Amino acid sequence: MRPIDVIEGKASVLDRADVDTDQIIPKQFLKRVERTGFGEFLFYDWIRDGEIELEPNPILVTGANFGCGSSREHAPWALEDFGFQAILAPSFADIFYSNCTKIGLLPAILDEEHCRAVAEAGEARIDLDDETVNCAAGVFQFQIEHEVKHRLLNGLDEIGITLENGGAIDKFEAEPAAALGPVTTSL
Amino acid sequence: MPKTMFDKIWEQHEVSPGLIYIDLHLVHEVTSPQAFDGLRLADRKVRRPDKTLATADHNTPTDGTMAARLIADQLSRVQVETLERNCEEFGVPIYSLGSDRQGIVHVIGPELGVTQPGMTIVCGDSHTSTHGAFGALAFGIGTSEVEHVLATQCLVQKRPKTMRINYGGELRHGVTPKDLILATIGRLGTGGMTGYAVEYAGPAIEALTMPGRMTICNMTIEGGGRAGMIAPDETTFEWVRGRPAAPGDFEAAMARWRELPTDPDASFDTEVEVDASGISPMVTWGTNPGQVVEVTDRVPDPAALETPADREAAERALAYMGLQAGTPMTEIAPERVFIGSCTNSRIEDLREAAAIVEGRRVAGGVSAMVVPGSQQVKKAAEEEGLDEVFKSAGFDWRVAGCSMCLGMNPDTLAEGERCASTSNRNFEGRQGKGGRTHLVSPKMAAAAAVEGHFVDIRDWS
Repeated sequence: MRPIDVIEGKASVLDRADVDTDQIIPKQFLKRVERTGFGEFLFYDWIRDGEIELEPNPILVTGANFGCGSSREHAPWALEDFGFQAILAPSFADIFYSNCTKIGLLPAILDEEHCRAVAEAGEARIDLDDETVNCAAGVFQFQIEHEVKHRLLNGLDEIGITLENGGAIDKFEAEPAAALGPVTTSL
Repeated sequence: MPKTMFDKIWEQHEVSPGLIYIDLHLVHEVTSPQAFDGLRLADRKVRRPDKTLATADHNTPTDGTMAARLIADQLSRVQVETLERNCEEFGVPIYSLGSDRQGIVHVIGPELGVTQPGMTIVCGDSHTSTHGAFGALAFGIGTSEVEHVLATQCLVQKRPKTMRINYGGELRHGVTPKDLILATIGRLGTGGMTGYAVEYAGPAIEALTMPGRMTICNMTIEGGGRAGMIAPDETTFEWVRGRPAAPGDFEAAMARWRELPTDPDASFDTEVEVDASGISPMVTWGTNPGQVVEVTDRVPDPAALETPADREAAERALAYMGLQAGTPMTEIAPERVFIGSCTNSRIEDLREAAAIVEGRRVAGGVSAMVVPGSQQVKKAAEEEGLDEVFKSAGFDWRVAGCSMCLGMNPDTLAEGERCASTSNRNFEGRQGKGGRTHLVSPKMAAAAAVEGHFVDIRDWS
């Protein structure tokens, strides 16, 4: 995963709340077994039906509860492949938020009023270390979980980090309680 | 210090701060191929194949196709075959097409008894919350996390906040767990449970069967909740007892499980009170599960909503749904009926629907289908003769899979078609591009099939 430091550039605006992952990447594109190439299918129906227009800019500004619904990581893959590096929204759905952080797509939680200001300004500079969004309307503080920020700043591979902790997992598995669960291989 | 059930399970599974051990990892064809690829690229193994179980459900045709290689749609075929190959390469047990244990991942887990109280359960599917009905901590994850669990059997997690929803009173005649959860989401909103692990409690919950409890926990994610949970009790134990994966020393297991329920004085970050006896049969009118009203209500008027954003969202939803504000919900006439999905495809759901349609006919111009949640459900239903009840009423009787819940297989709505669906999401295009979904209970869907429009099941006979 590429480390994130500063994300700067134009902002695309999708002024809707409760945008679900079925809209971000409709189900017919989930049949692919690859991880790349989802960008051209982003908001497939909404864009093709002329409901919305979206430029592939570094920043997407949108409404509350963005990414609700299905856990499909194809949604962040599509947003990233389309060109977005950061999403600014007043709130995100939990699974979507987590999925973004695993692939280095920055989900920054920003007050609705400040999201509107960035949308109006049309461009911004996001500084992850400072947790700020700087645009023509001012400098705004955004929220991000501490652990997530650390991982994104350093571009860390989460599996690698966990495996370094392998001794603790071995120890956990050696406890009698860990042997109590169902054994799927002997069904 | 008194603890919630969530606290107990979380703390029992903390390998180190923020790193949670996973007791069961369920896998399906859509969200796993890139995770297995990641393992191969990094030369990693599946750490615990014995705590992993796979099935094919999202892509599978429901027409009786008996093997992955026979799936007509090329992309679907490749995805299911890829799952089979990955499972073989990494030693993961799989019930694919052709197995008598194949079915929707959230139906087969409880059915096999691999879903048990006190466990941590994950799957690359948001409806994993279903398994919380057993007093387990169960939640959906993305593909990167699927890879993480395959490689480490652990997951990095931020501890969610806790919410308890207490349901006083009892559900009235004709009102089902589906109505209870739809009414709850209608009240809290689609983001109302975001950031929370939610415990459903109170007399109305305790009175429910396991399938009813699963329906409720299943839809937790539609309120934004990470996990839904219900305390295990005798009803839970009786469900697990005797199933293929039930613990050998069942008495010892029950003794452990009895320690799980929330302590009397434990505190939650948020508590909500709901009077279950005041809940009516519910029907969604819009394009998210929170846009829902009682069947006796009318399609809401966007102008009456509080914020400009809500008004705009409602107007857009009505335009998509092809509905006029003020129309009585009972005048809405679906031409398709879908009974199935991980929300409502268990044997009890089918029995309830069959009791409604027995001796009746599907209305003219309506096309109705029943899709059992698993091969085992299908078999049980056929042994009881439910298939004959449905078929003689004019329903299409299908084979197990996710089917028209998400339209990744041949079962889809055509543009503009209106559907009474027992599934969990009425998002735009979810059941097919331009399709219009109304979420309801199995009873309400069955009655709509017979009458050709929604009816209040309480006074319908």
